[in-house]
Amino acid sequence: MLELKHISYSVREGEEQLDILKDISLTIDDHRLVVFTGPNGGGKTTLAKIIMGLVTPTSGQILWNGQDVTNLTITERARLGISYGFQQPPRFKGLTVRDLLTLASGDEKLSKDKCCQYLTRVGLCANDYLEREVDVSLSGGEVKRIEIASILARNSQLMIFDEPEAGIDLWSFARLTETFEQIHRTGKATMIIISHQERIISLADEVIVVGDGTIRHRGTAADILPQILADTLGGCPVLTKEVKA
Amino acid sequence: MMENEIDRELLEKIADMLGKPVGAFNIRKDSGCDGRQSTEHIEITSKTDGKSGIDIRVKDGTVGETCHIPVIITKPGIEEMVYNDFYIGENCDVNIVAGCGIHNCGDQTSRHDGVHTFYVGKNSRVKYTEKHYGEGDGKGGKIMNPQTVVYLEEGATIQMETTQIRGIDSTKRYTKIVCGKGAEAIITERLLTHGDQVAESDMEIVLDGEDSKGRVISRSVAQDQSSQVFYPRMVGNAQCFGHVQCDSIIMGDAKIKSIPAITANCTEAQLVHEAAIGKIAGDQLLKLETLGLTPEEAEECILKGFLA
Repeated sequence: MLELKHISYSVREGEEQLDILKDISLTIDDHRLVVFTGPNGGGKTTLAKIIMGLVTPTSGQILWNGQDVTNLTITERARLGISYGFQQPPRFKGLTVRDLLTLASGDEKLSKDKCCQYLTRVGLCANDYLEREVDVSLSGGEVKRIEIASILARNSQLMIFDEPEAGIDLWSFARLTETFEQIHRTGKATMIIISHQERIISLADEVIVVGDGTIRHRGTAADILPQILADTLGGCPVLTKEVKA
Repeated sequence: MMENEIDRELLEKIADMLGKPVGAFNIRKDSGCDGRQSTEHIEITSKTDGKSGIDIRVKDGTVGETCHIPVIITKPGIEEMVYNDFYIGENCDVNIVAGCGIHNCGDQTSRHDGVHTFYVGKNSRVKYTEKHYGEGDGKGGKIMNPQTVVYLEEGATIQMETTQIRGIDSTKRYTKIVCGKGAEAIITERLLTHGDQVAESDMEIVLDGEDSKGRVISRSVAQDQSSQVFYPRMVGNAQCFGHVQCDSIIMGDAKIKSIPAITANCTEAQLVHEAAIGKIAGDQLLKLETLGLTPEEAEECILKGFLA
């Protein structure tokens, strides 16, 4: 179980203090699929990074399976079963797709068959990709899918994906949602997915709308989707003005 | 041959040799010959012009054979200048594995200057691998200054892979390759310096023949207070294609200078160069930490991959 207690995160910009996250508390039970959604700049990624340890909160506490991990390093949290798929994954000159999957799995003798399974689940063929370097020769979408494959290889208890659909073509996206659905169905992991995609939102047990550094709404996809639409369209003064004119 | 542990370890590091190699070989140890074997197709003989070194002659049509010619220095104070000439016949496909390892536990300098000259016949392919490594806790310097000059005849190819593994206090490399018609040179250079080490690599690829190709991929890591200078130069004298790519990772208080140059002496020459120097990207370290590696393990993994 993941528990966030009174998480706040502020940064200084000159004389001004910017509050990115404001006293957020939430609990996510095991094997749940939770989607964080909401407007850009609302704090979703910061909140996810705080769970992984990529960002240190100004105040608050993070408990993972009852253990206080607030002051643990990224490495320590990774070893406790938390993983994180980056929105914009880095590229590595000299590290191959096989190297990355091997590192992620923690199994030095990771078989080609296993690699193939992970890559197939994100719509890539092992024969074409396994020995390729994860460098600029790969497209953004390819790097993104390899990133997700690395999280599958990690096979951790808590998987966090930051906008996994970004940069991925429609065909691969369909494959990806099947993969999320499958992980969820088999109850192997708790998943937090940051997403704006209706298809992914509809997979969620719970949708959390993060905006302006706070949790605006929580509920099922059926509850939340109409509210999101109302917030994004109905709440736009420019659009409203145009309609009136 | 290969009497002790130091010899064995050095030979494994620089030439991947475990025991007596298959095929032709010449092992040079402390300025003497520690073992030699010629084969039906590859003949190794000592130089007869008074210079130190060997001649390697590969007969026309030799395919799939490997020739090992490692050099090891295990006594402090040895300074040598060695000339090795390779005469590769036509239509060959061979591997040449060179490399030099120095074990210096004394206070005197050990130095190996090697001049390798290749004459590669028509339509032959040569893969040339050269690794350099130094070890030993003495104060004596470990110095290597390799020169490699290659002449490629029509349709010939050389794939040259050079690696300075670690432990070389000072190196001054010079590489020159002249490509004839349809010839191709692919050079991959890997270099690591640490401590107060200095390294300089001067390279000149001359694309003389029509449809010749040259490609240089240089990757280096400079740690601590070490310094590196690269001068990769590509000259196009005919319709040709050349590409120079230099990438370096800079760490600690190191200094790196990269000065690639491309010169076209023909309107049909197409030459490209790229050079980049930078520290390890923070997001690379973070990504590997999220996979459970410590920051130190992540750094080591990135460097190992970069120099692989």
